Amino acid sequence: MTTTTNVQHRGVAAGGGNRLGPHGGERPTRRSGFVWNLADAWVLIGRSMRHTVRNGDALFMGVFLPVMLLLLFVYVFGGALEEGIAQFDYVNYVVPGVILLTAGFSAATTAVSVTTDMTTGVMDRFRSLPITNWIVVFGHVVASLVRNLFSTALVVGVALIIGFRPTGNVLDWVAAVGVISLFILMMTWLSVMFGLIAKTPDAASGFTFFILFLPYMSSAFVPVETMPAVLRGFAEHQPITPIIETVRGLLMGTPIGDSGWLAVAWSVGVLIIVAPISARLFRSRTAS
Amino acid sequence: MTNSHTSAIRASGLKKTFKGVTVLDGVDLAVEEGTMLALLGPNGAGKTTTVRILSTLLPFDGGEATIAGYDVRREPDDVRGVMGITGQYASVDEILTGRENLVMIGRLYRQGKAAARRRADELLAQFDLVDAADRAVRTYSGGMRRRLDLAASLIADPPIIFLDEPTTGLDPRSRQAMWEVIRGLLDSGTTILLTTQYLEEADQLADRVAVIDDGRIIAEGTAAELKQRVGTERLELLFSSADDVHAAMRVVGDNAIQVGDDGLGISMTVDSAEDVRHTLNALAGVPVPVVDVGLSRPSLDDVFFTLTGSPVEIQNDDTKPSDTSMGADAP
Repeated sequence: MTTTTNVQHRGVAAGGGNRLGPHGGERPTRRSGFVWNLADAWVLIGRSMRHTVRNGDALFMGVFLPVMLLLLFVYVFGGALEEGIAQFDYVNYVVPGVILLTAGFSAATTAVSVTTDMTTGVMDRFRSLPITNWIVVFGHVVASLVRNLFSTALVVGVALIIGFRPTGNVLDWVAAVGVISLFILMMTWLSVMFGLIAKTPDAASGFTFFILFLPYMSSAFVPVETMPAVLRGFAEHQPITPIIETVRGLLMGTPIGDSGWLAVAWSVGVLIIVAPISARLFRSRTAS
Repeated sequence: MTNSHTSAIRASGLKKTFKGVTVLDGVDLAVEEGTMLALLGPNGAGKTTTVRILSTLLPFDGGEATIAGYDVRREPDDVRGVMGITGQYASVDEILTGRENLVMIGRLYRQGKAAARRRADELLAQFDLVDAADRAVRTYSGGMRRRLDLAASLIADPPIIFLDEPTTGLDPRSRQAMWEVIRGLLDSGTTILLTTQYLEEADQLADRVAVIDDGRIIAEGTAAELKQRVGTERLELLFSSADDVHAAMRVVGDNAIQVGDDGLGISMTVDSAEDVRHTLNALAGVPVPVVDVGLSRPSLDDVFFTLTGSPVEIQNDDTKPSDTSMGADAP
């Protein structure tokens, strides 16, 4: 090492009974205000976004996977499946399903990020800073939302090129993006919870595996009417189906019926349950 | 609320229990401003637990602690504002580059973007990390990680630094480099609490040494004061045969212990030159031929083993942590 002793100190602050203060002067000692939190959040969202871009898995799941799945469903399975879905081209049927499948997939990577933070020393670093620790997790959540909305836009873009012809107006689209965002948040918070429970990043990625099956057992790729009775019962009453039906209805003009409020109720309900559990887990995991 | 006689770091009666196991059993510490205290002890003695409690990372069950006059329990945000900590495991983001880590932490300390970048550049230069600055941290060597970690804890220029085993696992050259950095911090007036299991490290760097064992401080003082506690000097004698050793042991009495791999040496504390002369005369009177005579000042090894009652076992190689593990240190 060359210049190791050149530490920049401006003298010892406290003499004559004063408290020691930071040497540098301008650093405030407390920051619990909302505005400070926002500024910290901005920095930590930036961190999580960098992780996404650097991390091959996240990039793969966010960009290549959605497009490949879309092409796979439309061109490989689509020909056969179209016969059972009389009312329109399969591409028009399947786009909402691909969006939700990839969003679930990609949100699941949040679990691994959270576990990695919790099991390496980096959380100690954040905890030694005068910030609200929760914001570290918040950064991952926002990054997941941004990443998945980007994937959604990508899927829609490619779908439009290969023949997707949505009928919804601007308001329908806004509502659809809202429902999709709620779904992404729900999946992300579930992943956060799994990430906080898991002891290793590998375990974290395993936990989220079953989430990936949900879209297949829903109306995402085939109408539930074509399923055997047992599966159909499950498919009709799990959260993905009303969410898919709502998005499909908004974009394609199919009847929404009860699906609209069911979709919102599922997403918000899961969030209301999972977020406080995660908060508790986070507190207990960072208390030792 | 000013505190008229502020030690930069003060702890009294710290208690901590993990799942029914007492890890800290009333730890008292005081570190005066601008000085370094080395907390010396084996694995599992409670060093890391103490540091984590003092740096607000771990709640504790009893006792009081203040950092720069701020109460660790009641004013954790203030404590975090005046201290930096470098843990045993580098607490940096592996995916980001070294520079990104430092800038991010600077900004979380609410330095402006430009100021955070400037400070990162300064620290990268100071810690010899300029060449690696834009590489992901996961490609760094152990020594580089530690340096980056220490740099991260210095970003806000804190007047108080906790160093938890900063050189454990480092090769001798990296350790030497780390010592230079730590001396530089002391020169600039930083108050430091350092934990170590290397006696040499405590001896080399610290103003005062506290020896911790089983969650208790069992001795505290300057290195010189602690050495006093095992006698001022040791006389070491070497003989050519076991018979001579036995004869010599009869002459010099209970004070001596047999040493050396082949058992041909004896070692005893002596208080004065007169003592030495008396002993040698007594041996000459038998007579027992002495092959070699040596005087040594007690090392901190002697102090430590005398105080903890662990078997005497000279550590020749200090580049590796000792294997006298007594279970994992605190989580």
